[in-house]
Amino acid sequence: MGGYGLYVWGSFGICAVAMIIEPIVLNARNQKIRRQVKRQGGQW
Amino acid sequence: MSMVNWFKYASPASFYPLAGKLIPFFSAITAILLAVGLWISFFMAPTDFQQGEGYRIIFVHVPASWMSMFIYCVMAFWSALGFILNTRLSGMMTQALAPTGAMFAFLSLVTGSLWGKPMWGTWWVWDARLTSQLILFFLYLGFLALTSAIDDPRRRDKAGAILSLVGVVNIPIIYFSVIWWNTLHQGATVSMTKAPTMAHTMLMGMLIMALAFWGYTIAIVLKRVRCIILEREIASEWVKKNALE
Amino acid sequence: MKPRQKRILFIVGGMLVLAVAATFVVKAFRSNLVFFYTPTQIADGQAPHDKAFRIGGLVKQGSLKHEGVISYFVVTDTRKDFPVSYTGILPDLFKEGRGVVAEGKLGNNGVFVASEVLAKHDSNYMPPEAKAALDQAKQVEETTKTLKMN
Repeated sequence: MGGYGLYVWGSFGICAVAMIIEPIVLNARNQKIRRQVKRQGGQW
Repeated sequence: MSMVNWFKYASPASFYPLAGKLIPFFSAITAILLAVGLWISFFMAPTDFQQGEGYRIIFVHVPASWMSMFIYCVMAFWSALGFILNTRLSGMMTQALAPTGAMFAFLSLVTGSLWGKPMWGTWWVWDARLTSQLILFFLYLGFLALTSAIDDPRRRDKAGAILSLVGVVNIPIIYFSVIWWNTLHQGATVSMTKAPTMAHTMLMGMLIMALAFWGYTIAIVLKRVRCIILEREIASEWVKKNALE
Repeated sequence: MKPRQKRILFIVGGMLVLAVAATFVVKAFRSNLVFFYTPTQIADGQAPHDKAFRIGGLVKQGSLKHEGVISYFVVTDTRKDFPVSYTGILPDLFKEGRGVVAEGKLGNNGVFVASEVLAKHDSNYMPPEAKAALDQAKQVEETTKTLKMN
Protein backbone atom coordinates (compact mmCIF):
# COMPACT_ATOMS: atom_id res chain seq x y z
CA MET A 1 0.00 0.00 0.00
CA GLY A 2 2.99 2.28 -0.49
CA GLY A 3 3.23 3.39 3.14
CA TYR A 4 -0.48 4.15 3.40
CA GLY A 5 -1.45 0.65 4.59
CA LEU A 6 -2.55 1.68 8.06
CA TYR A 7 -4.86 4.39 6.71
CA VAL A 8 -6.32 2.32 3.85
CA TRP A 9 -6.82 -0.87 5.89
CA GLY A 10 -8.07 1.21 8.80
CA SER A 11 -10.75 2.79 6.59
CA PHE A 12 -11.91 -0.46 5.01
CA GLY A 13 -11.62 -2.19 8.39
CA ILE A 14 -13.86 0.20 10.30
CA CYS A 15 -16.47 0.07 7.54
CA ALA A 16 -16.40 -3.73 7.60
CA VAL A 17 -16.71 -3.82 11.40
CA ALA A 18 -19.65 -1.37 11.39
CA MET A 19 -21.45 -3.19 8.57
CA ILE A 20 -21.03 -6.54 10.33
CA ILE A 21 -22.05 -5.34 13.80
CA GLU A 22 -25.20 -3.54 12.61
CA PRO A 23 -26.90 -6.70 11.20
CA ILE A 24 -25.91 -8.66 14.34
CA VAL A 25 -27.45 -6.07 16.67
CA LEU A 26 -30.55 -5.93 14.47
CA ASN A 27 -30.86 -9.72 14.51
CA ALA A 28 -30.86 -9.69 18.31
CA ARG A 29 -33.63 -7.05 18.26
CA ASN A 30 -35.63 -9.16 15.80
CA GLN A 31 -35.24 -12.33 17.90
CA LYS A 32 -36.37 -10.46 21.01
CA ILE A 33 -39.56 -9.06 19.50
CA ARG A 34 -40.40 -12.37 17.82
CA ARG A 35 -40.08 -14.14 21.19
CA GLN A 36 -42.46 -11.58 22.68
CA VAL A 37 -44.97 -12.09 19.89
CA LYS A 38 -44.74 -15.86 20.31
CA ARG A 39 -45.24 -15.66 24.09
CA GLN A 40 -48.25 -13.44 23.61
CA GLY A 41 -49.66 -15.78 20.97
CA GLY A 42 -49.46 -18.58 23.51
CA GLN A 43 -51.81 -16.76 25.84
CA TRP A 44 -54.50 -16.55 23.20
CA MET B 1 -48.82 0.92 -10.42
CA SER B 2 -52.20 2.15 -9.40
CA MET B 3 -53.00 4.28 -6.37
CA VAL B 4 -54.81 1.38 -4.72
CA ASN B 5 -51.62 -0.67 -4.65
CA TRP B 6 -49.58 2.08 -3.08
CA PHE B 7 -52.06 2.63 -0.29
CA LYS B 8 -52.29 -1.08 0.33
CA TYR B 9 -48.55 -1.28 1.01
CA ALA B 10 -48.63 1.87 3.14
CA SER B 11 -50.39 -0.18 5.83
CA PRO B 12 -47.94 -1.93 8.17
CA ALA B 13 -49.88 -5.22 8.01
CA SER B 14 -49.31 -5.61 4.27
CA PHE B 15 -45.89 -3.95 4.16
CA TYR B 16 -44.52 -6.40 6.73
CA PRO B 17 -44.62 -9.55 4.51
CA LEU B 18 -43.55 -7.56 1.43
CA ALA B 19 -40.44 -6.28 3.26
CA GLY B 20 -39.74 -9.85 4.36
CA LYS B 21 -39.72 -11.04 0.75
CA LEU B 22 -37.46 -8.21 -0.44
CA ILE B 23 -34.71 -8.65 2.21
CA PRO B 24 -33.07 -11.84 0.77
CA PHE B 25 -33.14 -10.32 -2.72
CA PHE B 26 -31.31 -7.14 -1.65
CA SER B 27 -28.90 -9.08 0.59
CA ALA B 28 -27.85 -11.24 -2.37
CA ILE B 29 -27.37 -8.23 -4.64
CA THR B 30 -25.31 -6.52 -1.93
CA ALA B 31 -23.03 -9.57 -1.53
CA ILE B 32 -22.34 -9.72 -5.28
CA LEU B 33 -21.77 -5.96 -5.64
CA LEU B 34 -19.47 -5.90 -2.60
CA ALA B 35 -17.37 -8.76 -3.97
CA VAL B 36 -17.02 -7.08 -7.37
CA GLY B 37 -16.49 -3.61 -5.84
CA LEU B 38 -13.76 -4.79 -3.48
CA TRP B 39 -12.05 -6.72 -6.28
CA ILE B 40 -11.94 -3.58 -8.42
CA SER B 41 -10.88 -1.42 -5.44
CA PHE B 42 -7.81 -3.49 -4.65
CA PHE B 43 -6.85 -5.44 -7.76
CA MET B 44 -8.07 -3.62 -10.85
CA ALA B 45 -8.02 0.10 -10.05
CA PRO B 46 -4.60 1.58 -10.91
CA THR B 47 -2.35 3.54 -8.55
CA ASP B 48 -3.06 7.28 -8.50
CA PHE B 49 -0.48 9.71 -9.96
CA GLN B 50 -0.80 12.03 -6.98
CA GLN B 51 -1.73 9.99 -3.91
CA GLY B 52 -0.30 6.57 -4.78
CA GLU B 53 -2.20 3.73 -3.07
CA GLY B 54 -3.60 6.08 -0.41
CA TYR B 55 -6.42 7.26 -2.66
CA ARG B 56 -8.09 3.81 -2.36
CA ILE B 57 -9.87 5.13 0.75
CA ILE B 58 -12.16 6.88 -1.77
CA PHE B 59 -13.86 3.51 -2.47
CA VAL B 60 -15.46 3.55 1.00
CA HIS B 61 -15.31 7.25 1.88
CA VAL B 62 -17.39 8.58 -1.02
CA PRO B 63 -20.09 5.83 -0.93
CA ALA B 64 -20.44 6.25 2.87
CA SER B 65 -20.71 10.04 2.53
CA TRP B 66 -23.25 9.79 -0.29
CA MET B 67 -25.36 7.32 1.71
CA SER B 68 -25.30 9.51 4.83
CA MET B 69 -26.67 12.44 2.81
CA PHE B 70 -29.12 10.41 0.76
CA ILE B 71 -30.61 8.61 3.78
CA TYR B 72 -31.38 11.97 5.42
CA CYS B 73 -33.18 13.08 2.23
CA VAL B 74 -35.25 9.87 2.26
CA MET B 75 -36.10 10.49 5.94
CA ALA B 76 -37.30 14.00 5.03
CA PHE B 77 -39.32 12.53 2.15
CA TRP B 78 -41.09 10.01 4.41
CA SER B 79 -41.68 12.73 7.01
CA ALA B 80 -43.32 15.01 4.43
CA LEU B 81 -45.42 12.09 3.23
CA GLY B 82 -46.43 11.39 6.82
CA PHE B 83 -47.64 14.97 7.28
CA ILE B 84 -49.56 14.99 4.00
CA LEU B 85 -51.13 11.51 3.97
CA ASN B 86 -51.03 10.78 7.70
CA THR B 87 -49.76 7.22 7.13
CA ARG B 88 -48.49 5.23 10.10
CA LEU B 89 -45.72 3.64 8.07
CA SER B 90 -43.95 6.99 7.47
CA GLY B 91 -42.78 7.45 11.03
CA MET B 92 -41.65 3.84 11.24
CA MET B 93 -39.65 4.15 7.99
CA THR B 94 -38.01 7.38 9.16
CA GLN B 95 -36.97 5.76 12.44
CA ALA B 96 -35.75 2.64 10.62
CA LEU B 97 -33.51 4.78 8.39
CA ALA B 98 -31.91 7.00 11.07
CA PRO B 99 -29.48 4.55 12.77
CA THR B 100 -28.00 3.44 9.44
CA GLY B 101 -27.72 7.07 8.31
CA ALA B 102 -25.92 7.92 11.54
CA MET B 103 -23.56 5.00 10.99
CA PHE B 104 -22.66 6.15 7.47
CA ALA B 105 -22.18 9.75 8.62
CA PHE B 106 -19.80 8.43 11.28
CA LEU B 107 -17.95 6.24 8.74
CA SER B 108 -17.70 9.21 6.39
CA LEU B 109 -16.05 11.30 9.12
CA VAL B 110 -13.68 8.53 10.28
CA THR B 111 -12.54 7.44 6.80
CA GLY B 112 -12.20 11.10 5.83
CA SER B 113 -9.99 11.64 8.85
CA LEU B 114 -7.89 8.60 7.95
CA TRP B 115 -7.53 10.03 4.44
CA GLY B 116 -6.80 13.57 5.54
CA LYS B 117 -3.92 12.68 7.86
CA PRO B 118 -1.53 11.25 5.21
CA MET B 119 -2.64 13.50 2.32
CA TRP B 120 -3.41 16.91 3.79
CA GLY B 121 -1.27 16.48 6.88
CA THR B 122 -4.10 16.75 9.41
CA TRP B 123 -6.86 14.56 10.89
CA TRP B 124 -9.37 17.39 11.01
CA VAL B 125 -9.91 21.01 9.97
CA TRP B 126 -12.93 23.24 10.55
CA ASP B 127 -13.61 23.97 6.90
CA ALA B 128 -17.17 24.27 5.56
CA ARG B 129 -17.34 20.74 4.10
CA LEU B 130 -16.10 18.92 7.19
CA THR B 131 -18.10 21.10 9.58
CA SER B 132 -21.39 20.66 7.69
CA GLN B 133 -20.84 16.89 7.54
CA LEU B 134 -20.22 16.89 11.32
CA ILE B 135 -23.52 18.80 11.74
CA LEU B 136 -25.25 16.05 9.71
CA PHE B 137 -23.89 13.46 12.14
CA PHE B 138 -25.18 15.55 15.07
CA LEU B 139 -28.59 15.87 13.37
CA TYR B 140 -28.77 12.07 13.20
CA LEU B 141 -27.78 11.80 16.88
CA GLY B 142 -30.35 14.49 17.73
CA PHE B 143 -33.03 12.56 15.84
CA LEU B 144 -32.16 9.32 17.66
CA ALA B 145 -32.13 11.06 21.06
CA LEU B 146 -35.39 12.91 20.39
CA THR B 147 -37.33 9.88 19.15
CA SER B 148 -36.09 7.65 21.94
CA ALA B 149 -37.10 10.26 24.54
CA ILE B 150 -40.80 10.33 23.52
CA ASP B 151 -42.91 7.34 24.53
CA ASP B 152 -46.11 8.09 22.65
CA PRO B 153 -45.55 6.76 19.09
CA ARG B 154 -47.63 9.43 17.34
CA ARG B 155 -45.91 12.33 19.10
CA ARG B 156 -42.56 10.64 18.52
CA ASP B 157 -43.30 10.39 14.78
CA LYS B 158 -44.33 14.07 14.64
CA ALA B 159 -41.24 15.30 16.50
CA GLY B 160 -38.93 13.14 14.36
CA ALA B 161 -40.63 14.34 11.19
CA ILE B 162 -40.15 18.00 12.12
CA LEU B 163 -36.46 17.46 12.88
CA SER B 164 -35.98 15.59 9.57
CA LEU B 165 -37.68 18.33 7.58
CA VAL B 166 -35.80 21.18 9.28
CA GLY B 167 -32.44 19.40 9.17
CA VAL B 168 -32.64 18.62 5.47
CA VAL B 169 -31.52 22.19 4.66
CA ASN B 170 -28.05 21.03 5.73
CA ILE B 171 -27.83 18.60 2.77
CA PRO B 172 -27.44 21.23 0.00
CA ILE B 173 -25.05 23.08 2.32
CA ILE B 174 -22.81 19.99 2.50
CA TYR B 175 -23.06 19.41 -1.24
CA PHE B 176 -22.28 22.97 -2.33
CA SER B 177 -19.86 23.84 0.51
CA VAL B 178 -16.84 23.15 -1.70
CA ILE B 179 -18.18 25.57 -4.31
CA TRP B 180 -19.54 28.34 -2.07
CA TRP B 181 -16.54 28.65 0.24
CA ASN B 182 -12.77 28.14 0.24
CA THR B 183 -12.27 24.69 1.72
CA LEU B 184 -9.36 22.33 2.27
CA HIS B 185 -11.61 19.55 0.99
CA GLN B 186 -11.35 19.17 -2.79
CA GLY B 187 -14.31 19.70 -5.12
CA ALA B 188 -16.65 17.00 -6.36
CA THR B 189 -15.13 14.27 -8.55
CA VAL B 190 -18.52 13.20 -9.81
CA SER B 191 -21.09 15.94 -10.33
CA MET B 192 -24.20 16.64 -12.34
CA THR B 193 -22.68 19.46 -14.35
CA LYS B 194 -19.42 18.08 -15.70
CA ALA B 195 -17.74 14.83 -16.71
CA PRO B 196 -16.13 12.90 -13.83
CA THR B 197 -12.44 13.74 -13.31
CA MET B 198 -11.43 10.17 -12.60
CA ALA B 199 -9.92 7.29 -14.58
CA HIS B 200 -12.57 4.87 -15.85
CA THR B 201 -11.71 1.81 -13.71
CA MET B 202 -11.47 3.92 -10.54
CA LEU B 203 -14.88 5.45 -11.26
CA MET B 204 -16.43 2.03 -11.92
CA GLY B 205 -15.07 0.73 -8.61
CA MET B 206 -16.46 3.72 -6.72
CA LEU B 207 -19.91 3.49 -8.32
CA ILE B 208 -20.17 -0.28 -7.72
CA MET B 209 -19.19 0.19 -4.08
CA ALA B 210 -21.83 2.93 -3.84
CA LEU B 211 -24.46 0.55 -5.27
CA ALA B 212 -23.36 -2.12 -2.79
CA PHE B 213 -23.89 0.37 0.08
CA TRP B 214 -27.34 1.12 -1.37
CA GLY B 215 -28.25 -2.56 -1.38
CA TYR B 216 -26.95 -2.93 2.18
CA THR B 217 -29.00 0.06 3.34
CA ILE B 218 -32.22 -1.18 1.71
CA ALA B 219 -31.85 -4.67 3.20
CA ILE B 220 -30.97 -3.43 6.70
CA VAL B 221 -33.68 -0.75 6.78
CA LEU B 222 -36.37 -3.24 5.67
CA LYS B 223 -35.20 -5.56 8.41
CA ARG B 224 -35.34 -2.78 11.00
CA VAL B 225 -38.74 -1.53 9.88
CA ARG B 226 -40.07 -5.08 10.35
CA CYS B 227 -38.82 -5.02 13.94
CA ILE B 228 -40.42 -1.61 14.52
CA ILE B 229 -43.73 -2.76 13.00
CA LEU B 230 -43.85 -5.77 15.33
CA GLU B 231 -42.86 -3.71 18.37
CA ARG B 232 -45.61 -1.18 17.71
CA GLU B 233 -48.39 -3.43 16.54
CA ILE B 234 -47.77 -6.33 18.90
CA ALA B 235 -51.27 -5.95 20.35
CA SER B 236 -53.04 -5.98 16.99
CA GLU B 237 -54.95 -8.92 15.60
CA TRP B 238 -52.86 -9.45 12.43
CA VAL B 239 -49.60 -9.73 14.40
CA LYS B 240 -51.09 -12.42 16.64
CA LYS B 241 -52.39 -14.36 13.67
CA ASN B 242 -49.96 -13.89 10.82
CA ALA B 243 -46.70 -12.23 11.69
CA LEU B 244 -44.70 -15.31 12.56
CA GLU B 245 -45.82 -17.40 9.62
CA MET C 1 -54.30 21.88 29.20
CA LYS C 2 -55.96 19.91 26.43
CA PRO C 3 -53.78 17.31 24.63
CA ARG C 4 -54.19 19.29 21.43
CA GLN C 5 -52.85 22.48 22.99
CA LYS C 6 -50.06 20.47 24.55
CA ARG C 7 -49.08 19.07 21.17
CA ILE C 8 -49.04 22.49 19.56
CA LEU C 9 -46.97 23.86 22.43
CA PHE C 10 -44.58 20.95 22.06
CA ILE C 11 -44.14 21.51 18.32
CA VAL C 12 -43.73 25.28 18.68
CA GLY C 13 -41.24 24.74 21.52
CA GLY C 14 -39.27 22.23 19.47
CA MET C 15 -39.17 24.58 16.49
CA LEU C 16 -37.97 27.42 18.74
CA VAL C 17 -35.13 25.32 20.14
CA LEU C 18 -34.13 24.30 16.62
CA ALA C 19 -34.25 27.89 15.39
CA VAL C 20 -31.95 28.98 18.21
CA ALA C 21 -29.59 26.07 17.45
CA ALA C 22 -29.61 26.97 13.75
CA THR C 23 -28.79 30.60 14.55
CA PHE C 24 -25.80 29.51 16.60
CA VAL C 25 -24.61 27.22 13.83
CA VAL C 26 -24.90 29.97 11.20
CA LYS C 27 -23.10 32.40 13.53
CA ALA C 28 -20.29 29.91 14.15
CA PHE C 29 -20.14 29.29 10.43
CA ARG C 30 -19.88 33.01 9.61
CA SER C 31 -16.79 33.55 11.72
CA ASN C 32 -15.18 30.33 10.54
CA LEU C 33 -16.35 30.19 6.96
CA VAL C 34 -13.35 31.80 5.38
CA PHE C 35 -11.09 28.81 5.70
CA PHE C 36 -8.27 30.52 3.84
CA TYR C 37 -7.48 33.76 2.00
CA THR C 38 -5.99 33.81 -1.48
CA PRO C 39 -2.94 36.04 -2.20
CA THR C 40 -5.26 38.38 -4.15
CA GLN C 41 -7.56 38.75 -1.13
CA ILE C 42 -4.54 39.48 1.08
CA ALA C 43 -3.28 42.09 -1.39
CA ASP C 44 -6.76 43.69 -1.23
CA GLY C 45 -6.39 43.92 2.55
CA GLN C 46 -9.16 41.42 3.35
CA ALA C 47 -7.03 39.25 5.61
CA PRO C 48 -6.80 40.09 9.34
CA HIS C 49 -3.68 42.04 10.32
CA ASP C 50 -3.25 41.25 13.98
CA LYS C 51 -4.33 37.63 14.27
CA ALA C 52 -3.47 34.29 12.69
CA PHE C 53 -5.20 33.29 9.47
CA ARG C 54 -4.70 30.85 6.61
CA ILE C 55 -3.32 31.49 3.15
CA GLY C 56 -4.24 29.16 0.29
CA GLY C 57 -3.20 28.71 -3.33
CA LEU C 58 -0.68 26.88 -5.45
CA VAL C 59 3.01 26.50 -4.62
CA LYS C 60 4.71 28.52 -7.35
CA GLN C 61 6.94 26.52 -9.70
CA GLY C 62 10.62 26.88 -8.86
CA SER C 63 9.98 28.85 -5.66
CA LEU C 64 10.73 26.16 -3.03
CA LYS C 65 14.03 26.69 -1.19
CA HIS C 66 15.44 25.14 1.97
CA GLU C 67 17.72 26.85 4.51
CA GLY C 68 18.39 24.21 7.13
CA VAL C 69 15.05 23.33 8.70
CA ILE C 70 13.32 26.43 7.29
CA SER C 71 11.49 26.11 3.97
CA TYR C 72 10.68 29.10 1.80
CA PHE C 73 8.11 29.03 -0.98
CA VAL C 74 5.72 31.34 -2.80
CA VAL C 75 1.95 30.84 -2.76
CA THR C 76 0.21 32.01 -5.90
CA ASP C 77 -3.34 32.21 -7.22
CA THR C 78 -1.86 33.00 -10.67
CA ARG C 79 -2.81 36.71 -10.27
CA LYS C 80 -0.90 37.59 -7.10
CA ASP C 81 2.01 35.92 -5.25
CA PHE C 82 2.83 35.78 -1.55
CA PRO C 83 6.08 34.54 0.05
CA VAL C 84 5.81 32.04 2.92
CA SER C 85 8.34 30.64 5.38
CA TYR C 86 7.82 27.45 7.40
CA THR C 87 9.87 25.60 9.96
CA GLY C 88 9.10 21.88 10.05
CA ILE C 89 8.33 18.86 7.94
CA LEU C 90 6.19 19.44 4.86
CA PRO C 91 3.35 16.95 4.11
CA ASP C 92 3.82 14.15 1.53
CA LEU C 93 1.69 15.79 -1.11
CA PHE C 94 3.47 19.15 -0.83
CA LYS C 95 4.98 19.90 -4.24
CA GLU C 96 5.59 22.82 -6.54
CA GLY C 97 2.55 23.43 -8.73
CA ARG C 98 0.19 21.76 -6.25
CA GLY C 99 -2.32 23.18 -3.78
CA VAL C 100 -1.36 24.32 -0.28
CA VAL C 101 -3.04 25.88 2.77
CA ALA C 102 -0.75 27.40 5.39
CA GLU C 103 -1.77 28.79 8.79
CA GLY C 104 0.22 31.56 10.42
CA LYS C 105 0.75 35.30 10.68
CA LEU C 106 2.14 38.09 8.56
CA GLY C 107 5.76 38.79 9.52
CA ASN C 108 7.29 42.27 9.63
CA ASN C 109 9.23 41.70 6.43
CA GLY C 110 6.12 40.97 4.37
CA VAL C 111 6.67 37.23 4.60
CA PHE C 112 3.87 34.96 5.85
CA VAL C 113 5.30 32.96 8.76
CA ALA C 114 3.46 29.61 8.76
CA SER C 115 3.02 27.49 11.86
CA GLU C 116 1.21 24.70 9.99
CA VAL C 117 1.27 23.68 6.32
CA LEU C 118 -1.45 21.46 4.81
CA ALA C 119 -1.46 20.03 1.30
CA LYS C 120 -4.64 20.62 -0.71
CA HIS C 121 -5.07 18.15 -3.53
CA ASP C 122 -7.48 18.41 -6.45
CA SER C 123 -10.30 16.02 -7.31
CA ASN C 124 -8.52 14.35 -10.24
CA TYR C 125 -7.69 10.68 -9.96
CA MET C 126 -5.79 8.78 -12.66
CA PRO C 127 -2.82 6.43 -13.11
CA PRO C 128 0.65 8.04 -13.55
CA GLU C 129 0.80 6.98 -17.24
CA ALA C 130 -2.46 8.79 -17.97
CA LYS C 131 -1.15 11.87 -16.18
CA ALA C 132 2.06 11.74 -18.22
CA ALA C 133 0.07 11.41 -21.45
CA LEU C 134 -2.13 14.32 -20.41
CA ASP C 135 0.87 16.51 -19.62
CA GLN C 136 2.48 15.61 -22.93
CA ALA C 137 -0.71 16.47 -24.83
CA LYS C 138 -0.85 19.80 -23.04
CA GLN C 139 2.78 20.50 -23.93
CA VAL C 140 2.16 19.66 -27.60
CA GLU C 141 -0.85 21.98 -27.59
CA GLU C 142 1.16 24.80 -26.04
CA THR C 143 4.03 24.31 -28.49
CA THR C 144 1.58 24.42 -31.39
CA LYS C 145 0.08 27.61 -29.99
CA THR C 146 3.53 29.22 -29.65
CA LEU C 147 4.48 28.18 -33.19
CA LYS C 148 1.26 29.67 -34.57
CA MET C 149 1.90 32.96 -32.78
CA ASN C 150 5.28 33.20 -34.38
